[in-house]
Amino acid sequence: MIKKFVYSQKVAPYVFVLPFILIFLVFWFFPLVNSFVMSFQDRMLGQDPKWIGGANYSKLLTDKVFLTSIKNSIVYMLGTLVLLIPFPMLFAVMINSKLMMGREFFKSSFFLPALTSVAVAGTIFRLTFGEMEGSLMNSFLGLFGVEPIKFLKDGNWSMAALLILACWRWTGVNMLYYLSGLKSIDNEYYEAASIDGASAWQKFRTITMPLLKPTTVYVTTISVYAGLAMFTESLMMFNGNKSPQNIGLTIVGYLYRQGIEQNKLGYAAAVGIVLLVIAMVINLTQLKFSGMFKKEED
Amino acid sequence: MKKRSALISIVTLLIMSLVFTACGSPSGSKTETQQLGANAGENATVLSFWTFADLHGKHLDKMLGLWNQQNPDKQIKLNVTVMPYDDMHNKLLLAVTSGKGAPDIADIELGQFPKFLEGDNVPLESLNDVFAPYKDVVVPSRVEIYSKADQVYGFDYHVGATLAFYNTEILEQAGVDYKTIKTWEDYKQAGIKVYEKTGKYLGTADTSASWQASLLLAQQNADFTDENGNPKVNSPEMIKAYEMLVDLQKNNVIHTIPGGQPDTEEAKGEYNKGNYASALMPEWYMSRFVNEMKDLKGKYAIAPLPVFEEGNPRSVGLGGTGTVVTKNGKDVQLAKEFVAFAKLSKEATTEIWNTLGFDPINMEVWKDDAVTKNPENEYVQYFKTNAFDTLNEIKDEIRAIKSVKASPTIGNIFNTVTLNAIFEDGQDVKEALDEAQAAIEQELK
Repeated sequence: MIKKFVYSQKVAPYVFVLPFILIFLVFWFFPLVNSFVMSFQDRMLGQDPKWIGGANYSKLLTDKVFLTSIKNSIVYMLGTLVLLIPFPMLFAVMINSKLMMGREFFKSSFFLPALTSVAVAGTIFRLTFGEMEGSLMNSFLGLFGVEPIKFLKDGNWSMAALLILACWRWTGVNMLYYLSGLKSIDNEYYEAASIDGASAWQKFRTITMPLLKPTTVYVTTISVYAGLAMFTESLMMFNGNKSPQNIGLTIVGYLYRQGIEQNKLGYAAAVGIVLLVIAMVINLTQLKFSGMFKKEED
Repeated sequence: MKKRSALISIVTLLIMSLVFTACGSPSGSKTETQQLGANAGENATVLSFWTFADLHGKHLDKMLGLWNQQNPDKQIKLNVTVMPYDDMHNKLLLAVTSGKGAPDIADIELGQFPKFLEGDNVPLESLNDVFAPYKDVVVPSRVEIYSKADQVYGFDYHVGATLAFYNTEILEQAGVDYKTIKTWEDYKQAGIKVYEKTGKYLGTADTSASWQASLLLAQQNADFTDENGNPKVNSPEMIKAYEMLVDLQKNNVIHTIPGGQPDTEEAKGEYNKGNYASALMPEWYMSRFVNEMKDLKGKYAIAPLPVFEEGNPRSVGLGGTGTVVTKNGKDVQLAKEFVAFAKLSKEATTEIWNTLGFDPINMEVWKDDAVTKNPENEYVQYFKTNAFDTLNEIKDEIRAIKSVKASPTIGNIFNTVTLNAIFEDGQDVKEALDEAQAAIEQELK
């Protein structure tokens, strides 16, 4: 009986997907439902929860700090999309080229920063962009007679610093995605194009870019999520979750401030739900426009 | 050939990643645990203690030695964990409120304390019974700040009386005698001279801490909150305080400092370089001079704060750390007795001055010249004047700023938004304070 059950072709698929379903339910679905419930409560650890209806959400709508955090996260996310898709793609194409010298060296040096802990990287960048004359950036600018800049007290400069950190860490990872995408492109296309007399740019535009589309869609999707969920980089860069005028505050930073620092778990849950909605809306729209929901044509 | 170069890259990668991992976490976010109480016997009770200040652990180590000597039947070993400020408070709040993983004893900074007293179920032990024997010898206001509904929950290390620390070397170069600085107007004139003669600033315009607001409010007998604990940060007193500071900033008397306030790594570097000639800070800042600004030994003198008008109170107790006993500890009564001994006894307060350089809340020590003027003491040796001469002069003028439910929110908004808007971006004082009031009310809704 048991043997029949185990060897059954109908049952086997369910057994194989069971670990995923269980993990999904325990670590994703249950916390999500719980957060959703909590977002309608006034809830603090150690105290009894109180139902307050949509009060957390209506408070969020008028919460200027929350709006600042959304603005920061979205600007950061857009910045990472602009910088971390075209450049890694370009580097991947360059490294993939047969003319390139020392590719393995470049591959590993681009990838190396991804192995560094965010805490270390953030701290190094904080010191690099320090406001003192002797900090790395300011002493470099000093060579050209530029007065010291208070990088981490200015909204634009600090966003630039966060984006530089993001590029430093993730260029290599995205480049690897693109490299694997490039490997799957059949060389015959390029040969045929060469016979037809296509230039390098024409080949890139008409063969490489379109065939890399699945990779680009994937990289965009994870970058949207990673951009909106950024927190640790800002925490380390500003030496805490308290950047001047909240210039480095992200949505997750605000969630942490409310939930962990202030023990307002209900309000923090509402912040989390809003973050989920924003990320879903952006990603689903992006996937829809890139045609990912269409059935593949034969 | 290709294989070889790939191998070389992988090896390089591994070595580099090892190097980076070996760097570990930055020194600012280090968590360390060590066991204290070497003289305790095998049957000693092991208690755990969380703190955010390394020095506090050193003090408890000395007190533990004494306790174990005096109480052979109740010996203690203490596992001390030092964590960064934010980390420790966040972890502790989660641990005590969830009832899991909290230490037996912990340090909670004054600004964070109200969060632990919220709601009906305070997760800390009342210390009333162990406090009773010391009731008459400690400064009452320093106990009230850690109390709720007649229950005391924490004992402080110090009064934190605010003092003026002057770099006499720089002042002499500018021809200024710090003893003549009695009012803010005197301070301004002195600062103008210092900037003209030396190009240095007399003081700081703080953007990441509200010590300055506290002391200027206290001098006007005002506070951040009204008698019901509601925020009132755009009061006439506050506007007067910040308009004066902005005037000082415009006259190059004070200037913003890297790190945002004197008690940061960057700012201590600036002081060490001699770029700022005074710090108006609580008494505990002396320990920062002695331990972290060794180059300035012999240059600094201590005096009372300048005031708006002579006769205003010349000091306010600032900062503070309440040592608490959590509810789920192994031996709560033993922990309570030890905390009272380590913070309030005559021996403890003497050690608090000797080891930490703080002004202890048990005032018996303040009058004991053998302790406060001991020439062997490194705090006595470091400064040109004796701290207790000034402390005893102003001891009846030390005001308190209330720490209430709204305080963490006020502190957060002031130290992230408002002070930066005023000193870095030049926003109008009244406008910035009105915005702060609105933001605080919104957050507390």
